[in-house]
Amino acid sequence: MIEIMNINPILLVASLMVSATPILLAAIGEMVVEKSGVLNLGVEGMMIIGAVVGFAVAILTSNPLIGFIAAAFAAALLSLVFGVLTQVLLANQVASGLGLTLFGLGLSAMIGKNYEGKQAPSLGKFEIPFLSDIPIFGKTFFSHDLIVYFALLLVLATYLFLMRSRHGLVLRSVGENHDAAHALGYNVVRVRLLAIMFGGACSGLGGAYVSLVRVPQWTEGMTAGAGWIALAIVVFSNWKPWRVLVGAYLFGGVSVLQLNLQAAGSKIPVEYLSMAPYLITILVLVFMSVRGKQASPASLGKVFHKSG
Amino acid sequence: MIRLEKRLEPSKLMTAVTPVIAVILAMILGGLMFAMLGKPPLDAIRMIFWEPIFGEFAFFYRSQVLIKAAPLIIIATGLSFGFRAGIWNIGAEGQYIIGAICGAAVALAFYPLESRFIFPLMLAAGLLGGFAWAMIPGVLKNRFKTNEILVSLMLVYVATSILTAVSQGILRNPEGHGFPGSRNLQQYPSAANLELIPNTGLHLGVIAALLIVVVTHFFMRTHILGFQVKITGEAPRAARFSGIAPDKVVYICLGISGASAGLAGVLEVAGPAGQITSSFHSGYGFTAIVVAYLGRLNALGILLSGLLLALTYIGGEIVQQELKIPSSSMQAFQGMMLFFLLATDLFITYRIKLGVKK
Repeated sequence: MIEIMNINPILLVASLMVSATPILLAAIGEMVVEKSGVLNLGVEGMMIIGAVVGFAVAILTSNPLIGFIAAAFAAALLSLVFGVLTQVLLANQVASGLGLTLFGLGLSAMIGKNYEGKQAPSLGKFEIPFLSDIPIFGKTFFSHDLIVYFALLLVLATYLFLMRSRHGLVLRSVGENHDAAHALGYNVVRVRLLAIMFGGACSGLGGAYVSLVRVPQWTEGMTAGAGWIALAIVVFSNWKPWRVLVGAYLFGGVSVLQLNLQAAGSKIPVEYLSMAPYLITILVLVFMSVRGKQASPASLGKVFHKSG
Repeated sequence: MIRLEKRLEPSKLMTAVTPVIAVILAMILGGLMFAMLGKPPLDAIRMIFWEPIFGEFAFFYRSQVLIKAAPLIIIATGLSFGFRAGIWNIGAEGQYIIGAICGAAVALAFYPLESRFIFPLMLAAGLLGGFAWAMIPGVLKNRFKTNEILVSLMLVYVATSILTAVSQGILRNPEGHGFPGSRNLQQYPSAANLELIPNTGLHLGVIAALLIVVVTHFFMRTHILGFQVKITGEAPRAARFSGIAPDKVVYICLGISGASAGLAGVLEVAGPAGQITSSFHSGYGFTAIVVAYLGRLNALGILLSGLLLALTYIGGEIVQQELKIPSSSMQAFQGMMLFFLLATDLFITYRIKLGVKK
């Protein structure tokens, strides 16, 4: 394990924050969706649509920020397909989510054909004044691009919304017992549709971060399972916003460490390293289940129809 | 006012008609999508759904359709058990890969020995490999209540990594001049799954697919296990009261789907694919989910929908050559078919009522 000594911890943490951002954005969105009692397995599809739309719009307008906004809108629009299917037409959520992923992957390949090999405008670093001048810490934590900070703020905002606001309480009650929430006069379908669209927008931002910052290029299927990791993180987090952050950084950490170990000439074959994040997800899922502390929303994945 | 009213019984007519409607709607919307991208919509649709069967080169494409349909049908039939019982194995792709690796490993272990026992051993290894890989989410679900959707899916990515590792490592062709990939099993008579009649696409996989469909059809109707699977999905509480152990159903469903996916994998690697390479997997495991749904989780329906979805593979290749539309855009078609099917599903259990509720 001498290889680990060759890895620069400052660079490791800094690149960890970047590599965790897409899954953090997608996971925090999906957590809100699941809190409202809906299981959307289409995260991967919404992310890839966000990736391709964000990339295309950023090139057309030469402005990456407009790209991000467009990505959020496009993915939210796509999530509405899932929303209408599951909330209005009462379709099975697992199948609808899978359909969304397939559709997103296919559509993105079509849209992206003309953008292969192009270069996106750079988002640029946003060095936080004063803080970024602190030795070591400044470079590690406070000189990233805007979206990294936005993702962190989003975690805080989600926490405040869910746990400290009235609307958040309504959303959680819809997720725990939709019949009771309906009886109290809350519009279950509207709350869920809004949650689904929020989740879509977050996934879109996450996808755009992959194509505009992390890679930054468009290639078919470039999100490569990040959406599924995001779903696993929500379970890992036990549906708690702060733990989503921990989970995403943990996963970001594993994938960065794996790349660094490869670069440092580790003897462990690359393929076995690249399966590590997925195996760890499974272990975490088992660990959470064994402890029996799963706080999954009680109505998660169940169909709601007013006539009961 | 339009409102929904629950039917007393699911409509049989709607169950049969809605898949056809879904496919037609997907064609229309798909055509619109092509038109927006500046591609001729009617030509594209014709190339995907007509050309492979009735077109100029149909004599070649028809055999290709059979070759693609066989694994789809085998995997989808296996999956239909779990989907009926509400057990979501969405990692068939991983079980397919592991089945292929196990089968190929057996063949390569015997190389260059020729014996009639090698092929049956390969099939057994493939079945067992897929079965074992599917048992991981099964055991975790039964022992720890871990979500089988996430576990089976994560295992797909693990399987792909293993595939890359073995094709560059332990299974690599020692005479392959350093290129990744195993020996070509098609050139190893004892292990090859060749066409039974040349140029028809008819290999053992096609026969196996037909057999599995027929067996499943009667199994579901007449065997007690078929009944138990169905009742677990439709009325879990009733199932428990009538003495059906939910754990057992989980093992049966995941076991059958894993073994079928593994079988499809080994038949593919010994036949059309020929060798283990890092690009061996082609998404059959995921497409099979659409096949199972479009076929209404019914064996005979799956036979038809498997042939239809095989068209999207062949048609995808044709439009890529002719119209420069990426073949992966066919996934959009598959997604849309599923969307429309789910949307029209509503009419099976609900009817639309006009007018105000009294």
